[in-house]
Amino acid sequence: MTDNEMVIVGAGEAGARAAAELRAQGFDGPITLIGDEPHLPYERPPLSKGQLCDVEEPAPAFILTKEKLDDLQIQLLSGDAASRIDRSRHIVQLASGREVPYTKLLLATGANPRRLTVQGNAAGELHYLRKFGDALAIRDRMKPGARVAVIGGGFIGLETAASATARECDVTLIEVGPRILMRGVPPQIAEMVEARHRQAGVRFAIGVMIERIDRDQDGYWVKLADGSFIGCDLIIAGIGAVPETTLAQDCGLAIENGIQVNEYLMTSDPDIYAAGDCCSFPHPMFDNRRIRLEAWRNAQDQGTQAAVNMLGVEPAPYAALPWFWSDQYDQTLQVAGLADGASTTIERDLNEAGKLFFHLAEDGRLLSVSGMGPAGAFSKEMRLAEMLAEKQARPDAALLADPSVKLKTLLREFD
Amino acid sequence: MTNPQWIEACEVDDVEEEDVIRFDHEDRTFAIYRTDKGEFFASDGYCTHEKFHLSNGLVMGSTIECPKHNGRFDIKTGAAKRTPVCVDLRTYPVKIENDKVFIQI
Ligand SMILES: Cc1cc2nc3c(=O)[nH]c(=O)nc-3n(C[C@H](O)[C@H](O)[C@H](O)COP(=O)(O)OP(=O)(O)OC[C@H]3O[C@@H](n4cnc5c(N)ncnc54)[C@H](O)[C@@H]3O)c2cc1C
Ligand code: FES
Repeated sequence: MTDNEMVIVGAGEAGARAAAELRAQGFDGPITLIGDEPHLPYERPPLSKGQLCDVEEPAPAFILTKEKLDDLQIQLLSGDAASRIDRSRHIVQLASGREVPYTKLLLATGANPRRLTVQGNAAGELHYLRKFGDALAIRDRMKPGARVAVIGGGFIGLETAASATARECDVTLIEVGPRILMRGVPPQIAEMVEARHRQAGVRFAIGVMIERIDRDQDGYWVKLADGSFIGCDLIIAGIGAVPETTLAQDCGLAIENGIQVNEYLMTSDPDIYAAGDCCSFPHPMFDNRRIRLEAWRNAQDQGTQAAVNMLGVEPAPYAALPWFWSDQYDQTLQVAGLADGASTTIERDLNEAGKLFFHLAEDGRLLSVSGMGPAGAFSKEMRLAEMLAEKQARPDAALLADPSVKLKTLLREFD
Repeated sequence: MTNPQWIEACEVDDVEEEDVIRFDHEDRTFAIYRTDKGEFFASDGYCTHEKFHLSNGLVMGSTIECPKHNGRFDIKTGAAKRTPVCVDLRTYPVKIENDKVFIQI
């Protein structure tokens, strides 16, 4: 396959991992990685964590360095967006006018922050957090004593709130839903998270709509539906993300909550694949339900699998258990699997190491595990629990609840 | 740098099979491993991705998995084996004498 040209659009987590994997698989033809950001590929998770509150000058955490790219002979075209895909000619057109021919193409275009539509003269001045530049702009304004309003009690909002308190800001978090972390996180953990934030001094306005956002000489005013006002100097909205599907849509690929791919991560065009936050895929562990994830490990693993499948030598379906983590203060929170279909939740108290929650289906199958605790000791227990879920085990509920029974022992039963 | 010297890290029984413990010496931190075959190895204590104690990780055969983002290393060579880690881990010679584990640093 010497004449093949592999092209990847989107030089983020999935795209960068895919490029490296193509080489790792022994592909020796040209690999072109197209990214509209000016930077080398970098990791996003630190943007809402250390990079907002570390004292030193933050720099992006690069996934591939210049040396690594050279070493792997990956051509990175940065600061240039792909503007059109010509499927019949197998060409990607860039904003600069450049044309890049492809044999197989991977779309790894990620997602963009959902924008808040709201009344008021300052509605356009909200900050969103997705890119390194966004983090720098927010960080600059997070001065000690600054009044910060965070809109959205999801992961990005909560991590941003935690970072703002570390910068000694005065933080209020507004969530229109009935509780924080509505998506994919059980209420038990949401309560633990909220308690930890309150302890750090974060104020919450929960279950209340935002009516308008204005600015006067005293700063911003967020008016809530209950008539109250929150005065602040900086507003960050983290209210979800929208998959970036423009290119795919324009060239007629099937779209369904993101770029539609099959279990091999192939789009409706067999020469085009998609991976990461931009795509939706059927998950074999969950009755082939079509899901879309916004998670770092998924982006990595899908990028890697897509690369293998693009080469067509030993294609395999993507079936990794969804996994997500979030760091807030000294705590880490993790969710493995999907809890949606669960009928029972079993709590395992790890004492100083935090808590685990096992979510079981009606037939006893372990669908998901979630938990929270201090990063060190908790992570090990959580990993073992995750491995139980990976095995689709049907563990005895009494044993799961009993911390004196080692998870490692339980795991061996399902070998 | 001073010449390498042997330091007593722990007792053999301090580490279970297929497990790892943390060992701090002066201002450095190390990880002492015992594989499923009962062999001992030692490496730097922090993951090369972010500064996270590998002693909280999971030993599987002769692989250590960092619990933070599941990067993996070969315990024997320190070689990085799974994303996100791409920098190898520094390893140290180990010897056992009188049921004590010594590492050369
Ligand atoms: C602030 C923040 C914190 C996070 N924290 C966590 C966490 O703690 N744990 C976790 O599991 N996940 C976390 N995530 C999610 C994780 O970072 C994403 O799931 C992951 O980055 C998705 O990778 P991706 O490659 O699909 O998309 P991205 O990493 O977003 O990469 C897509 C790239 O494609 C580029 N692009 C788009 N369109 C074009 C075009 N037409 N031409 C050229 N380039 C284009 C984009 O600019 C971008 O650079 C976090 C995300 C954010 C934003
Ligand atoms: S800190 Fe070890 S994998 Fe990230």
